[in-house]
Amino acid sequence: MNKTKYDVAIIGGGHNGLTTACYLAKAGLKVIVVERHEYVGGAAVSRELHPGWTYSNCSYVCSLLRPEIFRDLELSKHGLQIIPYEGSASMLNDGRFYAHYQDHDLTYRSIAQFSKKDAEAYDRFGKDVMRQCKIIKPLLKMTPPDPTSFKPKDIMGLFEFAKYFAAKDELGGLGEKEIYDTIRFWTMSVRDYLEEYFESDIVKVHLAGSAIIGTALGPYSPGSAYVLLHHYMGEVDGTVGAWGYSRGGMGSITKAMASSLKSNNGEIKAGSPVSQILIKNNKSYGLVLENGDEIYADKIVSNLDVKRTFLKVVEEKELPSDFYKAVKNFKIRGSSGKLNIALDDLPIWKSIPVGDPAGTGDLHITQNIEEMEGAYDDWKDGKWSQFPYVDMCIPSINDPTMAPQGKHYMSVFIQYVPYNLANGGWTEEKRLEFGKHVMNRIGNYSTNFNDIINHAEIRTPKEIESEVGLTEGNIFQGELTMDQLMFNRPVPGYAQYKTPIKNLYMCGSSTHPGGGVMGAPGANAAREILKDLKMKISTHYI
Amino acid sequence: MNTSKISYKKPLLETPFHERTSEHCYANDWYRWAGYKVAKEYSSTELEYTSMRNTAGVIDITPMHKYDIKGEDAKKFINKLITKDITNIQSNQVAYGIWCNEDGMVIDDGTIFCFNENHFRIFCAERNLNWFSDTATGFNASVEDISPSIAALAFQGPLSCKILNLLKVENIENLKPFHFNNYNLENHNVTISRTGFSGDLGYEIWCDPSQAIDVWDSLFKFNRDYKVLAAGMNALEMVRIEAGFIQPNVDFMSAEQALRPNRMRNPYELGLGWLVNLDKEYFTGKQALIRHKEKGPEKKLVGLDIEGDKPAVGSVLYDNSKKNQAKEIGIVTAAMWSPVLKSNIAIGFVSKEHYKLGSNVYAEIYHPEELDYRKIWAECKVVKKQFFNNPRRNETPAFT
Repeated sequence: MNKTKYDVAIIGGGHNGLTTACYLAKAGLKVIVVERHEYVGGAAVSRELHPGWTYSNCSYVCSLLRPEIFRDLELSKHGLQIIPYEGSASMLNDGRFYAHYQDHDLTYRSIAQFSKKDAEAYDRFGKDVMRQCKIIKPLLKMTPPDPTSFKPKDIMGLFEFAKYFAAKDELGGLGEKEIYDTIRFWTMSVRDYLEEYFESDIVKVHLAGSAIIGTALGPYSPGSAYVLLHHYMGEVDGTVGAWGYSRGGMGSITKAMASSLKSNNGEIKAGSPVSQILIKNNKSYGLVLENGDEIYADKIVSNLDVKRTFLKVVEEKELPSDFYKAVKNFKIRGSSGKLNIALDDLPIWKSIPVGDPAGTGDLHITQNIEEMEGAYDDWKDGKWSQFPYVDMCIPSINDPTMAPQGKHYMSVFIQYVPYNLANGGWTEEKRLEFGKHVMNRIGNYSTNFNDIINHAEIRTPKEIESEVGLTEGNIFQGELTMDQLMFNRPVPGYAQYKTPIKNLYMCGSSTHPGGGVMGAPGANAAREILKDLKMKISTHYI
Repeated sequence: MNTSKISYKKPLLETPFHERTSEHCYANDWYRWAGYKVAKEYSSTELEYTSMRNTAGVIDITPMHKYDIKGEDAKKFINKLITKDITNIQSNQVAYGIWCNEDGMVIDDGTIFCFNENHFRIFCAERNLNWFSDTATGFNASVEDISPSIAALAFQGPLSCKILNLLKVENIENLKPFHFNNYNLENHNVTISRTGFSGDLGYEIWCDPSQAIDVWDSLFKFNRDYKVLAAGMNALEMVRIEAGFIQPNVDFMSAEQALRPNRMRNPYELGLGWLVNLDKEYFTGKQALIRHKEKGPEKKLVGLDIEGDKPAVGSVLYDNSKKNQAKEIGIVTAAMWSPVLKSNIAIGFVSKEHYKLGSNVYAEIYHPEELDYRKIWAECKVVKKQFFNNPRRNETPAFT
């Protein structure tokens, strides 16, 4: 018999791996997180890649992180603070800008400049989306029931799922109409969805952005409306759909989690890439590190995406062939790029006046849905978008810790960028050309942008994959489409954080409820592991 | 609404009366209404209220939404929109109506002014441009939001006609309730309707924004003899509760805005069944309303005459005089001490078993008293919502 050193070993110190670790350590288990890099965080990191500037160089804004997790892990005590931000804007080619503000009346007037009907419809849209968010919110915390199982817990689970659709208290009793709406929302394209409410191009494209971020779907693709919902179901202090900055960058979230873990005697072994999960008789019992060291644990939890877990660190022969095939076919396509830019000054926009709160939130330059779909078409052809959708923000306006005084940090998320570039693939030259292309596009909307760039980190899906470990650089650890959500995520039959290997669990965003810096997959996995150990903890989340 | 120039520094619009309202608003206490800034209280809610019950009060109601309906199908369109039949409406007549969604749930209420067969104007509290436009599909009728082009004042109270008379508004005393006409007011051509929220004699004056200041000033011209006050939203709230007028998103959730479907209400639940004409040809919500009527309302919005003098704001209603045996049967939506009636009154929803006039229900009132709550178990009698209805309101010629 091996001398078991740990109760649980977690592969990967992303926000979900750390969340799982924190809950298990809180329950009194002996836990170790094994991380490839010298730093933890996965895709929620803050890095000083240019002296004086801190980059949230992967994920960049926070809304989805479940407040119960924040509370349970005492993340405030461990240094985390979320700063709400005001506004978002799309800059038009004709010199005007379209903006949303915190002030409802101001937002109405802002939209009414383009269409009075749309300004009014925005309330109806908001109400309908809010209703869908309320339906989905309790589902996030649930382990998806297996609809094919007759086990009491699955039957009860399905009943629970169904209950939310008829919930009398929280939702006021949904009627047939609302259930139709839910099914439509989860399956239709965002373009078709928005078309039901709005007439103005800029209103539609501004709202559609949330539906394509991180996906390999275009605004006309069925299923894209759900992604919009996925981005709306977060909250900042009860304001559903609001987004904020993590003070000190997104790394502050995982730093706080790591500190919380340590306070419960959890261990983190950084700089230790795992090469293989040790399996005997269909049971996992430990890890082998790249340096040959071995770590033994009763339970192994993988924070890696499902492909990386089962195609890289588990040997194929250990897996049922249909499971292996399902994992191989799991959709996890790279479609996003990222620029992190150190600026010597605040950009001055041609359209948004200095000081207008519209300029302090997320900013966009796509003019209409067709242009957005065109950007997607380029991606399908293996090219980066000629007119990319960008989601850019300047966290340093609100967060005093990100850049030297008087200077600024800009985060630019880019959709779409292919993982496999046509005509010879990615080269260093092509990467720089891509970065330049995006910066030139942004420069068209500013009077000083091109002159104030001090440094830029340019990341294509290749860099995101190689640095963060996300297959193809897919930010969600797998597409958020109905065929890969809930009891189908990541693979039908294995949606309950378990795997075909005994004692091997998954806790990453490849599992329900999916991507975003939410922590729900990690906390749900912890709950399942504790259940299997017949252990209980009493927290706000579990 | 002038939307061409907006600035984040001024999220709210100012009405054409702002120069005057801001001058009178010593309390500098503003209320948001449809994106406008209107006074909540000018200096004393009590005195502002009293002006409407004793002399006359002036309320800036410019933020009301105003929609012009034009075209040869204008009347047909309105008959599809609202639940009552306006086939026989005459020019210069005003109809009060409600409109429902397809499920027979109330969206909003409003006054409908008939200029002629082909031209109507709807005044309402909520934004309805999309609902009206969608409903107008298939009709030769256009819907236009003309809200910013008209400035409006409510001039309410027993002396309102007398003062308009003194201002030489010719023949105003013969304007019948729920009618309107064009008048000359101090050399300005304005529209005056005999409508309002106060349950007393009163008018609403509609004018071009350029005339706003002159019209405002004229109403205060005889202030030395007859004290007219600018009245704020707080005072308006008091008179409308006394008059038994209900308000969307206060007394019930508009079906267009309710997040929770079971918060929507049908006209029978709101005590507005008298506004529904099921004999009329097809109109929006008719099929559902037939079912709602058959079934009878599960709960109903009623008036409550409450013992004691502590307003039952936000109170839950119960069925038993003994608290420990009581079951929840309703909720208060608006409550006040009525100075004119010297009564503790409220509007609230009461369930089926208890909404008959004369029934007794019980309100648990949390009355704040020096950082503590006094919990009062108060008996309430179910009464008509119209607590105050002065005969002056309907007399023609009007009281001068």
